[in-house]
Amino acid sequence: MEKTVTVSVFTENSIGMLNRITIIFTRRHLNIDSITASESEMKGVFRYTIVLRTTLEKVNKVIGQIEKLVDVLKAFVHEESEIVHQEIALYKIRTNTLTNGDVERVIRENHARILTVDPEFMVIEKTGHVAETQLLFESLKPFGILEFARSGRVAVTKPMKELSTYLKELEQLS
Amino acid sequence: MDITKITGAQAVLESLVAENVDTIFGYPGGAIMPIYDALYDYSNVVNHILVRHEQGAIHAVQGYARTSGKVGMVFATSGPGATNLITGLADALIDSTPLVCITGQVASHLLGTDAFQETDVIGISMPVTKWNCQVTKAEDIPAAIAKAFYIAQTGRPGPVLIDITKDAQFGEMEFSYERCTKIRSYHPKPEVNKQAVEAAALLINQAKKPFLVIGQGIMLSNAEKELLQFAEKSGIPVASTLLGLGAFPNNHPKYVGFLGMHGDYAPNIKTNECDVLIAIGMRFDDRVTGDVSRYAKQAKVIHVDIDASEINKIIKADVPVHADAKDALQLLTELVSEKEHTAWLQEFKSAKEMEVRTLQESAALLQSEELKMDEVIKMVSKITNGEAVVVTDVGQHQMMTARYYQYNKTKSNITSGGLGTMGFALPAAIGAKFGAPEKTVVAIIGDGGFQMTLQELGTILQSKVDVKIIILNNRFLGMVRQWQQLFFEKRYSFTEMISPDFVTLAKAYDIEAAKIETRTDLEDALLKILNHKGSYLLEVMVAKEENVFPMVPTGASVSEIRLN
Ligand SMILES: Cc1ncc(C[n+]2csc(CCOP(=O)(O)OP(=O)(O)O)c2C)c(N)n1
Repeated sequence: MEKTVTVSVFTENSIGMLNRITIIFTRRHLNIDSITASESEMKGVFRYTIVLRTTLEKVNKVIGQIEKLVDVLKAFVHEESEIVHQEIALYKIRTNTLTNGDVERVIRENHARILTVDPEFMVIEKTGHVAETQLLFESLKPFGILEFARSGRVAVTKPMKELSTYLKELEQLS
Repeated sequence: MDITKITGAQAVLESLVAENVDTIFGYPGGAIMPIYDALYDYSNVVNHILVRHEQGAIHAVQGYARTSGKVGMVFATSGPGATNLITGLADALIDSTPLVCITGQVASHLLGTDAFQETDVIGISMPVTKWNCQVTKAEDIPAAIAKAFYIAQTGRPGPVLIDITKDAQFGEMEFSYERCTKIRSYHPKPEVNKQAVEAAALLINQAKKPFLVIGQGIMLSNAEKELLQFAEKSGIPVASTLLGLGAFPNNHPKYVGFLGMHGDYAPNIKTNECDVLIAIGMRFDDRVTGDVSRYAKQAKVIHVDIDASEINKIIKADVPVHADAKDALQLLTELVSEKEHTAWLQEFKSAKEMEVRTLQESAALLQSEELKMDEVIKMVSKITNGEAVVVTDVGQHQMMTARYYQYNKTKSNITSGGLGTMGFALPAAIGAKFGAPEKTVVAIIGDGGFQMTLQELGTILQSKVDVKIIILNNRFLGMVRQWQQLFFEKRYSFTEMISPDFVTLAKAYDIEAAKIETRTDLEDALLKILNHKGSYLLEVMVAKEENVFPMVPTGASVSEIRLN
């Protein structure tokens, strides 16, 4: 059965890692919904968070092939219940819409915040799950959205085992 | 120049010497010229073989690596030189062959500018290498080469590529070399899980009809002796995949044949009758399994592999053993009880007799005067006592050779298995000879495949390589024609092939050559070529429309194997 899964990959900081990881999905004709990358809590170790819809069986095979990459330290698959995750969305609208009292209400009700106000435009920020950032999008739509951008998912896992523990276990292997 | 400093190009050669490289196959060009210039001073330390095409270089190195067990080494230039390596890289990756390619690259300030002969070699080769990297500074060369050699030959071996920009080759650096022995993110040698092996032994000891299927992993882990001890103690019948042929002596009483699409009847049928299937160093390729949903469903499966991603990839393992074959077999042999399994083995022998009888009957029915491929192979096998290195191309002759050559020695079967690359055999045979100079190397090739890389006759000429070339000429792209006959109503769409006079062609390269068309000439001709000192090409005209049987048609189960 297909479901939304989150793949976390921890890698060394070497050129081309993103490419090496994504071609493994491409090869199996899997479409990635979102991808983010940044340094993890350990210096020099990078974390990729990839979201896609597929079956657990398929994604587990993908994980096997990702872990086979020389510069990959560890890869995990998580189902929705095993992680805490967020996305960030930015909305650019005309400043003059503010005079319409509804915009202010929409911002407040959605727990969004105003990042910046320029004479011509303003930028609203909202973090949350896709459903929430999408809801704000729909609510702002009547006022005219000039630009919209949503990040990929960032996620941390619920289990307490730390990455450094995994790395220590790996170090002990040959 | 400071006396302690050397150029990046010299550092390449010093590093290769430190890795005990003694043979390089390659082809020069603009972007690798500094390395070739440095090579000029190393000709008494390393033997460089000039090929005729970079694909020839990489297939040669595959042959070299597979007979010698060492890492093969290729040099090629940027752009077209590098892209010509891609087929060989893909072949070496899927067939787990350790090799290192060094490609020249345009100077680093030109990267990404569409400079002359610039291609994104790192990008193109990423999916077909175990690892690759680009070096843009002279001082990074030794560490990159050390890492490349470590990765290529450890764990499940594979091809590695290092792309070195021209400025890095010219740059100066202080040389020191340290072999790579550890990479934090890479763990090539799994520790054997004792409990898993105990669970496997328990299954084996209780089994009534255990069946052992082996692959190239046995040879890659140098576990031939351990396999023999295990098979002899446990009494379990042994069958082999295409790439595993030779890992277990084919004349051994426990050997029951070749697996897969054109494999033997008994091991295919018995796969679906055994109660415990022990797979070691093989990866359940679709040419071995046929329809996976009807493969060994009745059996408990034990799968030993060094590559964790192979376990449960195709066939669910009841007992997965993520280990090096040698370690696992040693431990397993201690734990299994001594048995004979005489009756079970007899079932294989009876099935084999049935197969031989049926194939003989079909042949008799044809009453053909034409020579058949199997007669040629059986004769080569007899004359060489099953002890030659046999290199095959891809097609009917490859399957016939796998079926009828009696591989009694390890590392003696060199063929393109996973990728099925036509054009592999001639260059691979050249490399195989360099990897095993004391052995007779016989290349058995179809008329089609020979013409894909026949330019390497020039390499044989220039480097005086002693390989025996046997072209089995059926005037067809035989394997495709067979499928057209069986599955496309005999519509022979573009499979008939008109070929040049191979004998004249060989002679143009100063290679002895002969052609035979009749059975009466076969033995003498083969004796002559196999006893000849130096290279020899023999063209054997064989039946035009012979088919390879048995056959498991695509999508069928192994138990539906057809004998005619
Ligand atoms: C590079 C490449 N192109 C195409 C094929 C498809 N193919 C597989 S077998 C075969 C026929 C080979 O004919 P030949 O070399 O004459 O050998 P035969 O089967 O007649 O023994 C072809 C075309 C292939 N395996 N490799």
